[in-house]
Amino acid sequence: MSNAILIEQASIVEKPEKKAPLGPLFWICVGWIALNFLGAIFANVLPLQNPLYQDYASINAGPSLHHLFGTDDIGRDIFARIVFGSRVSIAVGFGAMVIGFGIGTPLGMLAAYRRGRFDTFMTAFMYILLAFPAIIATIAVLSFWTPRSLLKIIIVIGLASVPLVYRVIRTAALAVSTKDYIIAAKVQGATDRRILLKELLPNIAPIGVSFLLIGVATVIALEGTLAFLGLSVSPPTPSWGNMINESRTVLQDNPWLAIFPSLALCLFLLSLNFIGDRLRNHFDVTEVKL
Amino acid sequence: MLIGIVFIISVGSFYLIHLLPGNITTIIEGPGASPANQAKLFKLLGLDRPIYEQYFVWLSNVVHGNLGTSFISQESVAATIRTALPIDLEMIVISQILAFATAIPMAMRSARKPDGIVDRIFGAGSFTLLSVPPFIVIILLVLFVSIKLGIPHTGVSTYVSFGSDWIANLESMALPSITLAIGSFVVYFRVLRSDLIATLQEEFITMARSKGISQRRIMWRHAFRPSSVALLGAAGVNIGGLLAGGFVVQFLLAIPGLGYTLIAAINQNDYLLVQGIVFVVSVGVVLINFIFDFIVNIVDPRISRE
Repeated sequence: MSNAILIEQASIVEKPEKKAPLGPLFWICVGWIALNFLGAIFANVLPLQNPLYQDYASINAGPSLHHLFGTDDIGRDIFARIVFGSRVSIAVGFGAMVIGFGIGTPLGMLAAYRRGRFDTFMTAFMYILLAFPAIIATIAVLSFWTPRSLLKIIIVIGLASVPLVYRVIRTAALAVSTKDYIIAAKVQGATDRRILLKELLPNIAPIGVSFLLIGVATVIALEGTLAFLGLSVSPPTPSWGNMINESRTVLQDNPWLAIFPSLALCLFLLSLNFIGDRLRNHFDVTEVKL
Repeated sequence: MLIGIVFIISVGSFYLIHLLPGNITTIIEGPGASPANQAKLFKLLGLDRPIYEQYFVWLSNVVHGNLGTSFISQESVAATIRTALPIDLEMIVISQILAFATAIPMAMRSARKPDGIVDRIFGAGSFTLLSVPPFIVIILLVLFVSIKLGIPHTGVSTYVSFGSDWIANLESMALPSITLAIGSFVVYFRVLRSDLIATLQEEFITMARSKGISQRRIMWRHAFRPSSVALLGAAGVNIGGLLAGGFVVQFLLAIPGLGYTLIAAINQNDYLLVQGIVFVVSVGVVLINFIFDFIVNIVDPRISRE
């Protein structure tokens, strides 16, 4: 699960120069993500064609008024399939990250706050796990753990992301836990639990959220990769990865089947990455100001 | 540390095979085998012995370069890996040459005037490429280069080995190498750009400028070396990632490297081959990271002294 932004973050510490404004493009991206969410939630209610209905009268048809994005090789409406397919991508992306952050955040915070033997052991363990190529492990486990389901995919990817989340959260929490206000809280006799939840967590939350979004983008791309290997949700359930994979055999006759789902996927990833990147720049600066 | 990691990887890849559902003897002998034959094979394979004993037998074989013989193809796993690995290495080498050859000059151009028009265009372009997964890049390349332009040897299942015809080999390696190069380029460009910008604000650069040294010489001789530490770190992680993650590209273009072999092995339930490849790739990734840590120390000795 290599992602350029994560590698970048791991290797450099950018010098904040001026407060990075969020800008209109940021809100356009937020709007686009929100639109995709609405589409995924209300796909059943929206006036869409049945994504599984095979219309043999129009096979591999190009975009038209009746089929907005055209039809695939067995006459299914591509637009409807993209809207329904967003459900899988969104579920896998956010589901896996909820698991990854759900486990990685408490461990990372505890390790950074307690330090000592727990931290040494935990960090060594996680770094060894990081050395193991997560993508190979994911594929190996998914190919042997049959029958596959959306839930299993979410669990496997979520667990595979824990070491990375741990590293990011621990690094962020280490920087915060030496701050004066944490020490002040300790001196005032606040319980560990209170310091962790009320002082530490809110202060690493911005960094956590921006990484969550970038992580979601990485996981969605990973789901697409798995679909190519036949390891994602089984057809005929549409997912963006499945659709792009299905387009391989008819690439010559029907390039639309490759282009529209790719566009949907890339725009979604672009928005997530952009929001994540902007948030990181935005909050890095405020953190330094504190 | 290195030995510890390799040990854990070996346990992990060994144990992988025991996570499998179903009975291995059924897979080898087929579903119609009699229980007596199954029991015989079970004993023959040493599966009746305790698991730690199995592990040490396996480990001593691995140390001697013997990864077992595939149940499916009856070929030695080590030999299969030896034929597939050079293809991965060729792909990685070509893609890295392409990536560095584009990323370094472009990062220098960008860093010369941060937030200038060139920097903005490069920045927006690299950020967009960041959001295009390799499998989409390869589909679009096949669509436009192989189908629309009709360039030979670039499409699906046209892999030619280097020994038989090296020009055709390079043609067939072009699309996968370009795909991997794009992913690497984005990382290298962004890492080097932000580091160069930071380095160019240092006092020794101002000093060099005041001595009247040319812009080009300042960039290459004075700014590049201190800025290349993060770049090398990123390259280590990235090349390891390519070794593990190059399989999508290979799978889509039917290039018989390690990744392609791995997917084929998974589909055929060729467990020993899966195990062997997982082990070799994981150790490879760890070694690459280790080597790059070493190079970083040579380039910037300050790091090891800290």
